[in-house]
Amino acid sequence: MRNSAIPASNQPRHFTADVLIIGAGAAGMYAAIEAARQGAGSVLLLDRSLIGRGGATVMAQMTVAAAVGPDDDWRHHLADTLAAGRGLCDPALAALLCEVGAECILEMDRWKVGWARAGTGFASVQAPGHDRARCVYVDFLSTGPAVSKALRAQVQRVGDAIRRIGEMLVTDLVVQDGRVTGAVALHVASGAPLTIAAPTTIIATGGLTRLYARNSASANMSGDGYALAMRAGATLLDMEFVQFFPIGHLAPRLIGMDPIMWDPFRYKLGGRLLNGAMQEFVERWGGDAENGTYSTTRDLATHAIIKEVEAGHGSPNGGAWLSFTHVPAAELRAAFGPVIDKLAANGIDLTRDCIEVSPIAHYHMGGVRVDTAMRTDVPGLLCAGEAVGGANGANRLSGNAITEALAFGRLAGAEAARQAAEGAPAFDVAAARPALALLAAEGPAQNTAALVARLQHIMAADVGPFRTAAGLARAAAALAALREEIGTAPPGTPGLAHDLVRLDWLDLRQMLLVAKSVVLAATARTESRGAHQREDFPEMSPSWERNLPLRLRAGVPELA
Amino acid sequence: MPTTTLHIRRGGPGEAPRHDVFELSFEPGESVLDALRRLRIGTDPTLAFRYACLNANACKECMMLLDGKVIYACTARLEARDMRLDPLPNKTLLRDLATVIAPPDERLD
Ligand SMILES: Cc1cc2nc3c(=O)[nH]c(=O)nc-3n(C[C@H](O)[C@H](O)[C@H](O)COP(=O)(O)OP(=O)(O)OC[C@H]3O[C@@H](n4cnc5c(N)ncnc54)[C@H](O)[C@@H]3O)c2cc1C
Ligand code: FES
Repeated sequence: MRNSAIPASNQPRHFTADVLIIGAGAAGMYAAIEAARQGAGSVLLLDRSLIGRGGATVMAQMTVAAAVGPDDDWRHHLADTLAAGRGLCDPALAALLCEVGAECILEMDRWKVGWARAGTGFASVQAPGHDRARCVYVDFLSTGPAVSKALRAQVQRVGDAIRRIGEMLVTDLVVQDGRVTGAVALHVASGAPLTIAAPTTIIATGGLTRLYARNSASANMSGDGYALAMRAGATLLDMEFVQFFPIGHLAPRLIGMDPIMWDPFRYKLGGRLLNGAMQEFVERWGGDAENGTYSTTRDLATHAIIKEVEAGHGSPNGGAWLSFTHVPAAELRAAFGPVIDKLAANGIDLTRDCIEVSPIAHYHMGGVRVDTAMRTDVPGLLCAGEAVGGANGANRLSGNAITEALAFGRLAGAEAARQAAEGAPAFDVAAARPALALLAAEGPAQNTAALVARLQHIMAADVGPFRTAAGLARAAAALAALREEIGTAPPGTPGLAHDLVRLDWLDLRQMLLVAKSVVLAATARTESRGAHQREDFPEMSPSWERNLPLRLRAGVPELA
Repeated sequence: MPTTTLHIRRGGPGEAPRHDVFELSFEPGESVLDALRRLRIGTDPTLAFRYACLNANACKECMMLLDGKVIYACTARLEARDMRLDPLPNKTLLRDLATVIAPPDERLD
């Protein structure tokens, strides 16, 4: 590795803020709004992509769970959340998700997000695992875009206190005497490095779905927040709990739509899940007979589809059929609205055609360990949104993720403003040197896009919803080989505009650490629970009703 | 499987414009973005273009010109013919098909 020394005249551009927020999804934007209205004078909101467009939030097409109905109470929502989490939820975090989340939904309503109405209240649907209709939405399939848009408008309304900058990839946090004092970032558009000083930093980078070949989220979900937090000394927990969404679109090629778009129509219309022989099968693998309703939770449905395919009864592309052919055309039109036309453009006529679906990496229950103020165990570092671990335990309920992002974003913003009022530690650029050196380093040419694809296939093959000791060992070895292969410096030279080769390398560096953590935790948990299923340990074991924390020791993730 | 021929504009600001030609086979229904991502993995990882949401048409980052018309690469379908891809003409060029599309108050400068 050749480190180009940084001449003094060529110091990277430097920013100072009271609060630095990494990631501008629902969690990051709510945090920015709350920090500013609680008095933080300067909030810097960064995203590696466009503000409010880069992550999972803008893609969420379905529903948001919150106890806002007249006969509901957040404690009912909490009971369902804890039951779905199969003993692993942090009850205090889950309670905040349900209680503060409901307040956020009402505040978003005042911000004109446009929740669908029914009579005098919100329209809502009952998703699997909820004891009543509790999932509000914006029609048709517009929940995430509407949430993003409403938050972005509020961020702008706050005015000058919030500075938003896109195309800023945070590559490392800066740590001085065990405290986070800021970050180092790469401006992707120009290839220039930057430093940022802030007394409080909030990680709001979302999940890790990009680790898997088939995933539902965006290209930006490399698990960066987990890697940033771990390298700064924070503890992660429950990294083995990756949620697979059972009925991700598989075939025919469907473009212009989110691959998990079928779910709301299953709620509304009860689409039928069928095997390759066009027979219902979910009950054979431990689910309840569905009888045209949608009652199977995500982990059970994922299990049923994978087992049915393994038994040789899959659909032609290796999934299951989803059929709405029993639903009259007028009812389809009423439920799908303009989506019917988008489907027609893809050559799909639901009165006639079934589609193929199969499990797809969707959400991560694990993440950074925080307390009820969203503080990690490293001073100066908070975390919010999907990047947080623990609120949803071993399995997340449908609709809980947006609620989590809003609630935890708001809590983190308030705490950050409180901390900012206590004053800033001095930022020492010397502490940023190693991270800057990495951005200045020049490594040999590599096809990093192909290496990312290889990592995704390793994870999909052996660290999917079903795991075995042998498969996990195979994945660990393959990941270690890949780590060797990428070396210690990003390929090419710094300073090239929109250089995807170096960007992929920097992403691989984080993805490899995160993937290793998932494999480590999945190997250690010798039982099956929720989203973590071990074929060699098929039973849930009472002795495993505990979280699995991990930390970095000498650069290597270890069980804490 | 049908084959498409992509003529892709390469280079950064100030460089003499050139179009590199790539031939690739595709499954009917696949998008232009599917092809660009496959080209990066299999042929030329240095190809620069923007995208985030892959195919949900939510991020709106993948705008470019196809045969002179503005499209989203993630929703435009591949066809068995010559297809010409250029960066948006009214935006500052970064490199290849990538341009500066962030609102002015959300940029570094
Ligand atoms: C297709 C899809 C549908 C979904 N549907 C629903 C639903 O109906 N209901 C529900 O409750 N949940 C749903 N979810 C889950 C939910 O959308 C997410 O859990 C939630 O939006 C996460 O919000 P967030 O703010 O934590 O992260 P995100 O919205 O993912 O935002 C994270 C941001 O961080 C940025 N970032 C990442 N790394 C860096 C870095 N190193 N430097 C700078 N920026 C960085 C990313 O670009 C991104 O913009 C869905 C998810 C997907 C993918
Ligand atoms: S990739 Fe997001 S809109 Fe095309």
